[in-house]
Amino acid sequence: MHEWALAEAVIKTAIEKAKEHKIKKINEIDLKIGEMQDIEMDIFKFALDELMKEYGMEAKVNITIQKTRLRCNVCNHEWNFDEFELTEEEKEFVHFLPESIFSYARCPKCGSQYFEIIEGRGVWIEAIRGNDD
Amino acid sequence: MIDARIGVIEERLKNVKRIIAVSSGKGGVGKSMVSAAIALALAKKYKVGLLDLDFYGPSTHLIINANEKPVEKNGILPPIIDNIKFMSIIYFTEENPAPLKGKDIINAIIELLAITIWDELDFLIIDMPPGMGEEVMAIIKFMKNAEFIVVTTPSILSWETVKKLLIFLKENKCNVVGVIENMVIEKSIENEIKKISNYLGKIGFDENVENCIGEPSKLLESKFGKDVEKIAVKI
Repeated sequence: MHEWALAEAVIKTAIEKAKEHKIKKINEIDLKIGEMQDIEMDIFKFALDELMKEYGMEAKVNITIQKTRLRCNVCNHEWNFDEFELTEEEKEFVHFLPESIFSYARCPKCGSQYFEIIEGRGVWIEAIRGNDD
Repeated sequence: MIDARIGVIEERLKNVKRIIAVSSGKGGVGKSMVSAAIALALAKKYKVGLLDLDFYGPSTHLIINANEKPVEKNGILPPIIDNIKFMSIIYFTEENPAPLKGKDIINAIIELLAITIWDELDFLIIDMPPGMGEEVMAIIKFMKNAEFIVVTTPSILSWETVKKLLIFLKENKCNVVGVIENMVIEKSIENEIKKISNYLGKIGFDENVENCIGEPSKLLESKFGKDVEKIAVKI
């Protein structure tokens, strides 16, 4: 599952950053995930739990899904990801590689492919809380 | 805020012994053919991966005839084509144009590097797009031990641009394995290249190479393929 790869990215990065900030025990991780990643949440949470066990961690992971905002560079129209009418296969491609959206989507107002993802992609660690002993 | 995907890239590449980005300042010098042929030549003896980062013009899938798809298992497992683990944007964009811009290119590279499970490799060959765009910067930033092979033709139009890439790579302390001179008919610029870089060798112009696209074994047996094999042993 692709979710495992991203869960591993979260745990590895959290451990690395905790070390850098001399946090010995991670209690909580605030995570923001772009809507375009289209994460299967049950699998992702399961993967996080399994990986935490593997690394001897017991942290609470607070997950927020960031809505995707897009803006057309030609007509300045702004819209949401869920306004696209993508096929199931195209959705699957975007799930694996969010930037493949540029191959399948157009500005709903003017039809241009020249648009920006303002927000709503990537997997971001917003905060790590823990103890230094 | 920390992009968690970046943190796992090192982990994904930890069992890759050498990463070689095949680049050129100029388009049309045969980078993709050279990248694919180097990968095929090395794959006779070594564990090899081939990553196509030419998002606007991916073509290595055609050269090696990559019909098999990646498999999802704790990430994305690249299909094995002629003993090469292969990954390309083509698996996600298919035959459609991929008009990615600056930060989209960086994000797509981060995503591909974060989710692709290469496992153990002796060589990861990367087919780069022409120029000094985001892809080159991403390699420098996210693959700190990457080495570069730079491809030119004997044409002054190609060499003048390739020189700029070599200067850039040197100034940014990148490890350049050397320069390959491709499509040589008679005139060679070997001495010019040797003034500023290691010369890996020349590949003669092969008018039949087009007929080898999609047939990896035929490609390696061609005049072009034989020349590439001579160079591959020096890498």
